Parts: sequence; structure tokens; C-alpha cells
Amino acid sequence: MENLLLQALSGLASASSLFLVASGLTVIFGVSRVVNFAHGSLYMLGAYLAFTLVTQLPRGHLGFWGGVVGAAIIVGLIGVVVEVLLLRRIYRAPELFQLLATFGVVLIVQDLALMTWGAQDLLGPRAPGLRGSTEILGLRFPLYELFLIGVGPVVLGLLWLLFHRTRWGTLVRAATQDREMVGALGVNQRMLFTSVFFLGSLLAGLGGALQLPRESVNLHMDLSIITEAFVVVVVGGLGSLSGAALAALLIGELHAFGILVLPKITLVLVFLVMALVLVVRPHGLLGKPEAAARGGQGSAAPLIGPAPPALRRLGLAALAVAVLLPPFLGDYALSVLTEMAILVLFAASLHLIMGPGGMASFGHAAYFGLGAYGAALAGQWLGAPMLAGLALAPLAAGIFGLVFGFFCVRLSGVYAAMLTLAFAQIAWSVAFQWVELTGGDNGILGVWPDRWAAPKLVYYYLALVLCLGATLLLRRVIHAPFGYALRAQRDSTLRAEAIGIDAFRIRWLGFGLAAAAAGIAGGLFAYAKGSVFPTYMDIPRSVDALLMVLLGGVHTLSGPIVGALALTGLQEQLVRITDYWRLVLGSIIVLLVLFFPQGLAGAARARWEARHGDA
Amino acid sequence: MLSVSGLSAYYGRAQILDDVALEVGAGEVVVLLGRNGAGKSTTMKAIMGLVPPAAGSVRFDGAEIAGREPFEIARRGLGYVPEERRIFTELSVLENLEVGRRPATAALRPWTPERLFALFPSLGSMQDRPGGRMSGGEQQMLTIARTLMGNPKLILLDEPSEGLAPVIIERMAEAIRALKAEGLSILLSEQNLHFAQAVSDRATIIEKGRIRWSGTIPELLAADEVREQYLSV
Repeated sequence: MENLLLQALSGLASASSLFLVASGLTVIFGVSRVVNFAHGSLYMLGAYLAFTLVTQLPRGHLGFWGGVVGAAIIVGLIGVVVEVLLLRRIYRAPELFQLLATFGVVLIVQDLALMTWGAQDLLGPRAPGLRGSTEILGLRFPLYELFLIGVGPVVLGLLWLLFHRTRWGTLVRAATQDREMVGALGVNQRMLFTSVFFLGSLLAGLGGALQLPRESVNLHMDLSIITEAFVVVVVGGLGSLSGAALAALLIGELHAFGILVLPKITLVLVFLVMALVLVVRPHGLLGKPEAAARGGQGSAAPLIGPAPPALRRLGLAALAVAVLLPPFLGDYALSVLTEMAILVLFAASLHLIMGPGGMASFGHAAYFGLGAYGAALAGQWLGAPMLAGLALAPLAAGIFGLVFGFFCVRLSGVYAAMLTLAFAQIAWSVAFQWVELTGGDNGILGVWPDRWAAPKLVYYYLALVLCLGATLLLRRVIHAPFGYALRAQRDSTLRAEAIGIDAFRIRWLGFGLAAAAAGIAGGLFAYAKGSVFPTYMDIPRSVDALLMVLLGGVHTLSGPIVGALALTGLQEQLVRITDYWRLVLGSIIVLLVLFFPQGLAGAARARWEARHGDA
Repeated sequence: MLSVSGLSAYYGRAQILDDVALEVGAGEVVVLLGRNGAGKSTTMKAIMGLVPPAAGSVRFDGAEIAGREPFEIARRGLGYVPEERRIFTELSVLENLEVGRRPATAALRPWTPERLFALFPSLGSMQDRPGGRMSGGEQQMLTIARTLMGNPKLILLDEPSEGLAPVIIERMAEAIRALKAEGLSILLSEQNLHFAQAVSDRATIIEKGRIRWSGTIPELLAADEVREQYLSV
């Protein structure tokens, strides 16, 4: 009983912190429709800056609280810089592009923080005056936690007043619904958006700064808080403040009690709740159906045609190199090439969902990982030979793809992206926490190919044949009637259904097929590496897949292939030449999104067509 | 007051407006007549900067405004009342008016919520009602009132009679005459000739993105063949 009370209180304290961060995210989303991945980075910067300020300023109340508030304001200004330099230019871009661009910012901030504050965890001082603990019903409870419990409702109240009792707030609420109309009434939207970004970033910074007395400051704070904040915002309903408060409470308590009741599945629990909420209420607890944000004009996706002859020749040349060169290469180069072949298939499988399917997936790594685990588990527990494992990989991934897809393909836009993310996180959590089956963080080792395929060269050719074959099969699918139907429902669900296409079924099957293809890639990857880890299906890997597709260009089939080769090549080189490869990669992502919104292959193709007339 | 010439606009590759020209004098009510899809709304959006004009000139109050941003155009005293009304459904009537509020600049009497409630009495009785819970006619009045809160010198009124009951249309016509009496210039777009002739001084007819005819209302009423060719359904 006493334990329960303590847990409930500690749940409230986390809910409060979570709400600070999530409220900033939801306010920014409401107006700009940008899902800001970098919000977690702003939170982390808040914590780091607070550490620096608090330790530099004189000790005492003024030093501590001045440092916390100062950090929040600086983070608010950093948010303004990000908005003005980057986001302002991509408000009309597709959602996943915005997500990608803000992920570029995440990478940049990670390395900047590493340069500035170093890799070691930093421990800040405790809050003056709130160091001790107090007795509640005979139980000792830290004062600072109580203080945090109070902060959440106070901020919620202040935000409510700001949005309902000031002209600025009224304009922001109006712009949330119809920003173009607000502009036509004489309101400078740019200033409005920038000020909203300042507020949202300030809240993230404040959330981070207030963590200083609670936990150590480290470089992993950004991604861990952003996933939680995403969950809170999505469960509450995007753009809804009260929804975010409710969801923060729910998630905070779920964490607190989950540890008591079901310590084994705490991670799964949170995402399970999110998935459940989205399945029952597709727009979150208090969210409203996405009012198609006015202001952007949807542009029709260009048709996917046969590759222009130049590109075709280039592709054949690359293929010739891929077939003829390897016998002369060493083991390391062969491993890299094998990985490239695998990632080409991985990217091509995601492309099927995103390009012709028009769906958003933010958790495609799940199917890659499920394929890998399917193969590895079959080998470990059933003693299955490699070929059986490789056959099982797409089966496992495909089945889960159909199960998860059954729910995901009903949603659209950001909510669909978030539900796919939730399922991927569930898969990841199971792999991470079900230690008896999967070995948890230690993974499954000794997943080696059968003897005949053990030489690197043989395995490379095996991977090349399977990946190339599967990629060509996907290409065939896009140009078959099924592919026409898939594109038809993407361009207009209503019209597609009017001519007898079962849009749901088509999307569902497309999703399952893409998952199975990703599973093949995952299975091959497992045997290539000789081991399987939960990281095979974590967020960075899903982002890698997105990067490959979006960098290459979503509207051409060659796009994901070019993207996969470019990304693996780039990462390989960057990691070798600099410790700050994230900074470089992040900058490249940001620049590419800004200057090549159609992706590399898309831009190359547009240039080629401009030179040679409409091909 | 407003002088448009050579205006053309595109949606993607499709040309919607071709060499559109029209004039609205100070204190004048001009109606832009045409069938569905003739380019009336696009003309207004292009004037307002909501659809970027590909070519042509839009002069307002002595300054070139083509290519400017909508908010800058609005701040110069050009008000826009969209056809789809675009009320902020989550906001109350008063809050909707607040979004439109801008300091008075023109020589015209400044608008206040009180004066607007006198013009549209039904709005006065529902000041705290969310915009989403109003009838079509009430919403139409609210969008006009919201634009007037910006104290414009000229308003673009896109098909105000569309979808309204005859009684409400009658009241709308009275309101427009009252606005004209205040000295406000109005560019109105309409398909409803009966409504248009009751409130306008001059008419300009648009068809397939081109201006086909311009003249006074009495001239239009006398020109049967013009009405037959461009306006009859």
C-alpha cells in the first residue's frame, strides 16, 4: 500500500516532466504541422546548458534557478534559429521530409554536444532549498519530486491562459486550423510560427533543465525523451494540450506501476498502450481528425516510368562491377558489398510502401529485425540450416507485417507514421526484454552460414542474387496490375474505390509484401554478421531506411537503390575519417532536404529530362 | 482604387486566368459574374496573393501589390471574404473577430464588434458560440464581419449568396448596401444575377479565365445576348 503511494507520486513527477516536453512538441505541431524530431535534442541542450550555467553561476537560489531559466530561454532562441534557417523553408514539404530534416538536426546537435561537453555523464548539483525529503502519510518523499509534480499543472494553467486570454494565443489557435486564412486577415504568419517555436523550444529546454537535480546529463537523453514525447503527444491527440496532459499522466503512471507489476514488459507496455489507443481512437484521446492543413497544394506524384537509357546503362555498368569485381576483393570489401546489396533490398522494400503505396512508415526496421530474428531463432532453437532460416525470415516478417499492417494502413499521415513506430518499438522491446528467448541486449551469436556458403565471396553472391532478385520482383509488382491499384489508391482512395479497388486490401497486402521483402534482407544480414541484436530494429535503423529512400528520391525506383548505396558508402567513409560523422551526416541530410527535395535520383532525373526534353 | 490588368494565373500547368483586367473605383460595388469554374474565385485569390499571379499587374490604392504576400496585401487595406467561409470553428464569434482585428487606417469609420453586431444582429446574440456550431448564413455573416474588423478600404466578397436561403440572401443584400453607404469599395463575385444587380453599380463577366464583357448594370440588363451567352446555365 505504502509502496503504491510512493509509486503513484513518482509517476506524477515523471508525468509532469513529460508534459513539459510534450506540450512544446504538440504546440509546435498544432501550428506548423511539423513533427519535430529535434525536440528531444532541445531537451538535452536544456539539461547541458543548465549544467554549465548552474555550475558557473554563484551557488545559491539565484544561481540555480537563474541557470535553469536562462538555459530554457537560450534553448528557446536555438529553436528560433532552427525554425528560421531550416523549418521555415520546408513547411510545404511532405511530412516524412520534415521528420528527416529534423532528424538531421538531431545528429548535428549530438555531435555539437559531444564536442562541447564530452562523452561522460555529467552530474548537476541539487536544487537549493529542495534537497531534502518530506514525510507524506509516514513515507519519505523527495522535495524536488514534489516540486516537479507542481510544475506540470502550473505550466498547463499558464499555457491555457496564454492561448485563451491573449491575442497571440487566439491567433495561434486560429492558425492551427487555417493558417492561410489567418495570413489573408493580415497576420504575419512567419512571426507567429517563429514565436510558437520559441515557446515550444523553451518548454523543451525547461523540461531538460529541470532534470538536472534528478538524473545525470548524457548524450542519450535526446532520443529517449523524444520517443516518450511522441507517445504522449500521439496518445493525447496531436495538437491538443489537455490531451498531452492526460496522456503524460497515463504514461507516467504506467511506467511507475508497470515496474511494480510487470517489470519484464515495461517497455512494451507503453507502446502497447499507444498502439491500442490509436487502434481504438485513430486521432488520440482528445485529438480531432487532421483538418487537412490548408496552405499547401498537394502536387501529383510523377509517374514511375521506365528508366531513361542513360540511367539504364549506368545501372548495367554497376551490375557488371558488382558481378565481376568481387573475386579480386578482400574480405572487408566483400562484407561492405554484401551489406550494400542487403540494404538496397531493405530500401526497395520501404519504397514500395512509401512511393507507390503512399503510406508512411517510421518503423520499417521492425521487419528487417523480425527477419533476422526469425532466421537466428530458427537456427538456435530448431537447428534449422541456413536455407531454411532464410526461407523463414520473410515468412516471419511478412506475417508480422500483415498483423501490424492490418492496423497501420487504416491511418494516414503522422498518425500512421507513429503507429508503425509504435509497433517497431514493441518488436524492439520484446527483443530487448525477453532475455530467455532472444538473449536481450547480448543478442544471439553464432548465426553463421552453412559450410558451403561460409566463404565471404560465396555468401556475397548468394546475397546479391537474392537481393537483386527480390528487388526486381518488387519492381515487377509495381508495374503489374497490383501496382497500378496501389498507386491508384494513393492518388485518390475515393476514386480508386469507385472503380472497384478495395483500397484497404491493396494497402494491407502491399504492406505485408514490403515487410516480407525487408525480412529477406534481415535474414541475409543476420548470417552475414553472424549475430542478431535488438539494434537491428531500433529507431536509427528505421531512420536509415527512410534516409535511403528519401535521399534517393521516393518517386523513382532507382532512388532507393542510389540512396542505399550512397548512405552505406557515406557512413562507411565518414566513420573512418572523423569522430564527428554524425555532424557531417546530419548537415548533409539537412542540405539535401533543403536543396534536393526530390532526392538525389529525382534531382538527377529532373536535370536529365530538362536537358533532353520530356522523355 | 483597385486596378487589375494582364493578370494570369496557373494551377500547376493548367492556366486558370488569362489576361484578366478589371477596375473598382472608390466607393463602388463591382460584380464579377460568371458560371462555376469561370475563374471568379481564382481572380480574387490572385488579387489577394493567395494564388501567385504568373503575370500582370494589381494596383491597389496607388501601389503595386502583385507578388506581395497575403498578409502584406491585407495590411494595405484589402479585405478578403472567401467563398468557403473558412470560419475558425474552434474559436468563438468574438475570438473570430479578434483574429481579424487590425488598427484603423482608412478615412472610413473604424469597425468594432458592437457596430458589427448592429449590422448583423444575429451575431450579437451568439458572441461566445464556437464558429463550428453556427448555421451557414450565420457563418457567412461572421466571415464578412471578421474581414471588416481589419478596417479594409476595399473587400473581395466571394459568392456571399451561395447556399443561403432567400430570406438570408435578402438580408445579405441589405448589409452590402449598408457597407456601400459607409463608403467601402466592394468587388463581389456572383452567379446569382438577381442578387448581383440589387447591390452592384457595374458588372464584369468572366468566362474560361478571360474577361468577356464589362459595363453598368442597366447595360447588362439591356444586353440579352450577353446574359444568354455567358450567364445562363
